[in-house]
Amino acid sequence: MTTNVMIVGVGGQGSLLASKLLGAVLTEEGYDVKVSEVHGMSQRGGSVVTYVRFGDKVYSPIITEGEADYILSFEKLEAARFAGYLKKGGEIIVNTQEIDPMPVITGAAEYPSDILNELKNKGVKIDETDALKVAESAGSAKAVNIVLLSRFAKRFSVPKEKWLAAIEKTVAPKFVEMNKKAFETGYNL
Amino acid sequence: MKKLMIGNQAVSRGLYDGGIKFMSSYPGTPSTEITEFIAKYDDVKSEWAPNEKVGLEAAFGASLAGVRSACAMKHVGLNVAADPLFTMSYTGVNGGLVVCVADDPAMHSSQNEQDSRHYAIAAKVPMLEPSDSQEAYDFAKAAFDISENFDTPVILRMCTRVAHSQSLVLAGDRAEIPAKPYVKNGAKYIMVPANAIKRHVVVEERTEKLKEYAENCPFNRVEKGGKEIGIITSGTSYQYVKEVFGDMVSVLKIGMPNPLPEKLITDFANSVDKLYVIEELDPIIETHCRNLGLKPIGKELFSPLGEYSQEIIAKAFNLPAKPCVTADTPVPARPPMLCAGCPHRGMFYTLAKNKVTVIGDIGCYSLGAQPPLCALDTTVCMGASVSGIHGFLKASDEKAAEKTVAVIGDSTFMHSGVTGLINIAYNGSNSTVIILDNSITGMTGHQQNPTTGYNIKGDPAGKVNLEELCRSVGINRVRVVDPYDLKACDETLKEELAAKEPSVIISRRPCVLLKYVKTAPPLSVNKEKCRSCKKCLSLGCPAISFKEGKAHIDATLCVGCEVCKGLCPFGAIENGGIKQ
Repeated sequence: MTTNVMIVGVGGQGSLLASKLLGAVLTEEGYDVKVSEVHGMSQRGGSVVTYVRFGDKVYSPIITEGEADYILSFEKLEAARFAGYLKKGGEIIVNTQEIDPMPVITGAAEYPSDILNELKNKGVKIDETDALKVAESAGSAKAVNIVLLSRFAKRFSVPKEKWLAAIEKTVAPKFVEMNKKAFETGYNL
Repeated sequence: MKKLMIGNQAVSRGLYDGGIKFMSSYPGTPSTEITEFIAKYDDVKSEWAPNEKVGLEAAFGASLAGVRSACAMKHVGLNVAADPLFTMSYTGVNGGLVVCVADDPAMHSSQNEQDSRHYAIAAKVPMLEPSDSQEAYDFAKAAFDISENFDTPVILRMCTRVAHSQSLVLAGDRAEIPAKPYVKNGAKYIMVPANAIKRHVVVEERTEKLKEYAENCPFNRVEKGGKEIGIITSGTSYQYVKEVFGDMVSVLKIGMPNPLPEKLITDFANSVDKLYVIEELDPIIETHCRNLGLKPIGKELFSPLGEYSQEIIAKAFNLPAKPCVTADTPVPARPPMLCAGCPHRGMFYTLAKNKVTVIGDIGCYSLGAQPPLCALDTTVCMGASVSGIHGFLKASDEKAAEKTVAVIGDSTFMHSGVTGLINIAYNGSNSTVIILDNSITGMTGHQQNPTTGYNIKGDPAGKVNLEELCRSVGINRVRVVDPYDLKACDETLKEELAAKEPSVIISRRPCVLLKYVKTAPPLSVNKEKCRSCKKCLSLGCPAISFKEGKAHIDATLCVGCEVCKGLCPFGAIENGGIKQ
């Protein structure tokens, strides 16, 4: 059995750290793990996606439509963009922050603010968190990634202490306490 | 213990454990990290070269001197390095020489999706192609042995999904390979016709030996499954095939796409009822099969475009699609764009405002093509802006010079822009070339280059003075402007377009993402003063949007560059936003 987790967001939002932590915890747990992301041009404020797959033996590094057990979305619109990747019974964990893409800024398109409700009405399971607010209360807007990860961690069998240990190992020392606080707050919501 | 590594890190570790002593590369997505990881080893001499040709020639020089060496590049970089590669195939090597090249199917960060396997065939050099990080490690390490045993450069072909996917790697220890002595050998290394004619014979003999080696080498393997379907596949496609079929079908996994094994392929084809070839991009293995008289199913079922996936393969075999739910409301696209505070924005705004034709180049500034700036007419390859404007103006009437510029970044100018500028001076066109000097190689993630004054390790290094360089090749009019100063940009541009001789405008300000660049507190919009004219939106800054009928600045994104402040006709953009 392979479990599929997608991390989606806007370039520059810090999905790299989330996938790094996830990869570290899963490797420690003894899973076969593959993590795939695309670097370069798409990182410049574009839509970015990271695939994380783990199980006994993982072949493909990517996740395709109808396969994701979880989608961690750093932004509302991006959750909707990738909703089709969710498998039946999967769950979207989303930061409710709205970041206007350029077509919205230029007036060529409108931001579909009600899109998560539309998905919910179609039976999609969605966990909504104002992760930006939680992160800010923990000390930095940059900890949105940790808050989202904590929402996922809550649904997964690995004990909380192991996630906190991974944060200690991965994050620069001066940010460890802040990130641990963000994790605890998100986890206990 | 196994460690999670991206393919490029695994290549780097494989080269290291294989005894590499020298590496010289030019950055290019998705190959850049190979050299960045090598740079972390103090017992390897590593460098950023001005371009791929210089990098490969330097690596060849190190090989000649007797040490194991390598050069890494993206697929289009191999076009630049093709010249040395084809003749290094004739000379062979002294110390092992590995050429790492990373293809980019689906063009995540590239201008085309050429298939590098054609180069291995054309240059008659062996090529290895890993399908995950463990293989990336193993193959990179083994490539040095093949290089020395067969006296040839070896190409290690990566692709985006292998280069940038992490999987577990069990690495070994570094082999200490003593340098071989350099022995003068004109017949081998001086490729004048009399010698090269003889070396070509050696190349053909080598290919025959490599073909024999390919039959039993550890890189190609048969995984026996069902007899009904047999699939020949390679690289990342192998992973997708296994994802869909597991052990249900027979698979011939090709890890050495050049030269291909004839007997192994024929025997495999004869052992199954129906033969498929699944390979991304061009039908290289498929064509080889056809040349052997086999009739595989290949490109009639699988596209030569883009990347594959388990979904694409399942669909081709008519397997049921996985159910999924999507929103009916359209989701607006989110294209990449110039960052908030990007120094290129001020110059592109000026170009758009003056409605000039902009012959473009390769780098972050290709994002200047996006709405609302739309300030770019062409993007072809590294350096093509400076050479291109010259031809464009030679073929146009005199007036065109007043409405045409070339734009090129500092690193790209070093790569292959300066030769075009020499041509402008030498063959006399009234070109205006804008060097967008952001003091770093930006798009590939901040690599040093000859204009930055630092080397790959971050240590102080020789620094090219762009102004003096431009003057020395014969450009008399060389101006420097700060792209945050829109007024200066506009005046300088108008003056240089009007000048009756070639000019260079250096638009200089470091990339706002550089660690040493101090950003200012965010700006805010005074809603009372804002008259909703939307002039600030024409900058295409991701921090500025339009909310409830007024301009709005996102304080988490704004870096206080003040370009919009200078633009607002009503003084509505003010200092004093609060950083969140």
